[in-house]
Amino acid sequence: MTTILATSTTVTTGYVGWLGLVASLSLVGIAVAISAWQHLDLERSLIWASARAIVQLLAVGAVLAVVFSPRVPLAASWAWVLFMVVFAADTIRRRAPEVPGARRLALASLGLATVVCLGVLFGLRIFPLNARTLIPLAGMVVGNSLTATVVAARRVVAEFTDKRAEVEARLALGISSRDSARPYVRDALRTAMISQIESTKAVGLVFLPGAMTGLILAGEKPLQAVLVQAAVMFLILGAVATTAAAMSLGLSRRLFTADHRLVRLARPVG
Amino acid sequence: MPPPGTGPLRARRNPVTPSSGPVLAFERVCVRFGDTEILRSVSAEVADASVTVLAGPSGSGKTTLLRLCNRLEIPTGGTVRFRGEDLSRLDPQTLRRRVGMVFQRPTLFAGTIGENFAVAATADTATYERHLALVGLPTDWLDRPADDLSGGEAQRACLARTLLTGPEVLLMDEPTSSLDPAATRTLEELGVQLAHTGLAVLWVSHDLAQVRRIADACIVLQDGRVADAAGARAYLADRGDTGDAGDTDVTGRPGGHGSDGRGGREEQGEGRTG
Repeated sequence: MTTILATSTTVTTGYVGWLGLVASLSLVGIAVAISAWQHLDLERSLIWASARAIVQLLAVGAVLAVVFSPRVPLAASWAWVLFMVVFAADTIRRRAPEVPGARRLALASLGLATVVCLGVLFGLRIFPLNARTLIPLAGMVVGNSLTATVVAARRVVAEFTDKRAEVEARLALGISSRDSARPYVRDALRTAMISQIESTKAVGLVFLPGAMTGLILAGEKPLQAVLVQAAVMFLILGAVATTAAAMSLGLSRRLFTADHRLVRLARPVG
Repeated sequence: MPPPGTGPLRARRNPVTPSSGPVLAFERVCVRFGDTEILRSVSAEVADASVTVLAGPSGSGKTTLLRLCNRLEIPTGGTVRFRGEDLSRLDPQTLRRRVGMVFQRPTLFAGTIGENFAVAATADTATYERHLALVGLPTDWLDRPADDLSGGEAQRACLARTLLTGPEVLLMDEPTSSLDPAATRTLEELGVQLAHTGLAVLWVSHDLAQVRRIADACIVLQDGRVADAAGARAYLADRGDTGDAGDTDVTGRPGGHGSDGRGGREEQGEGRTG
């Protein structure tokens, strides 16, 4: 099977040719068939999503081919990273519409996490700094922080809405807004981080994560794949913690005025 | 700020010192949220060592007026004064320890009663126990989880927690609205006793029987304004009662007698003397 579809002779690795890509669409066909069979009415969505994925990935691949070229300066890669951060911030705003100032907070949180985490990775020379490492690692930071940031932001708003009376009771005792917010921000932050901790614990046992899968498919030795994957997991942990903390602390400040009053999130009755 | 835990148990300052005017004064206070006018040019005063009830139908702005007193809200017009000083010039955190608040529903934090007290003020166990006794709760309840308390007990624990900051004014935002009649009476008696020790108690209520039981003075709000004498009289006389609304913003204690029509709570108009 592989020998027919793969155009490369190194058939033991996961090289996928054009024919392979077309053949893999048969898996989308299975999904479409299930949708039709169960009247899920998702056939169009499935086809649209798959087509979009191919086009987007091909476009990204084309851009990466240019950016990776040795003649293109590293600044182009940083511009790419900036684009990812801005795009992710906009996604966060759309996924957390009830959060005031979500886009700006998300930009600041993701920007901070990118700078801090990549600073550590490249500063300690865990990876060499070049286009080939910068873009995928920044992608790991931004992509994985996205969900955690949305969870943290929505959780903070939900806590402050549900427990508004408790927060105000603390304020009414003469406690500063920052101290009044602390227990609720802590809960939000814990919620945002716990799922990442859980998947870190389950890694390898339950699933083989993306980086490792990719390296193994590309023919890399398992140990090297494991070491890269471990570094990436820790990168993600650090990034998730940084973005979630920056988002919840920044947001909790926005929910108070300078004179320690809670900003009105929902209209009360007089 | 007085040292923690000394508030209501300390010998209080003479409530009628020569220099003392009203403890709280509202001067043409307006509050507007967006396009909604909540308070329209409210002027009123609150005296020391007495219970002033803020009465009026729901949506009349009572809670908003109360929340101006500890700066949980700020006015969009006019001035609120605390002992003659413009509230907006005072540090909110210091102000809030002098002007304590008990909310409509008990707001105990997760943890034990002792942990709740520690949020309000760091003090020794004896002080905490004195505050439990003050609100009529068993003194060995400091280790009790806040979840275990009934509504009335929780509201009294909240009152004790507020008193730990040593306030001079107590803001009560319909604190009995979720309590049964017995717990309601206990809390009312506590409020009245605290007023006797010198505290200014500002109590929001829309329960006319409660107004008669506890009020030394009464401010009636209607549609964001202080009701005039006739309006206040009419409101307080509602449901078959008669009340003397007086002739100023701050009326005298409404008299009256009879039942509030809900049963279970009888009212003796001749209650205590201020």
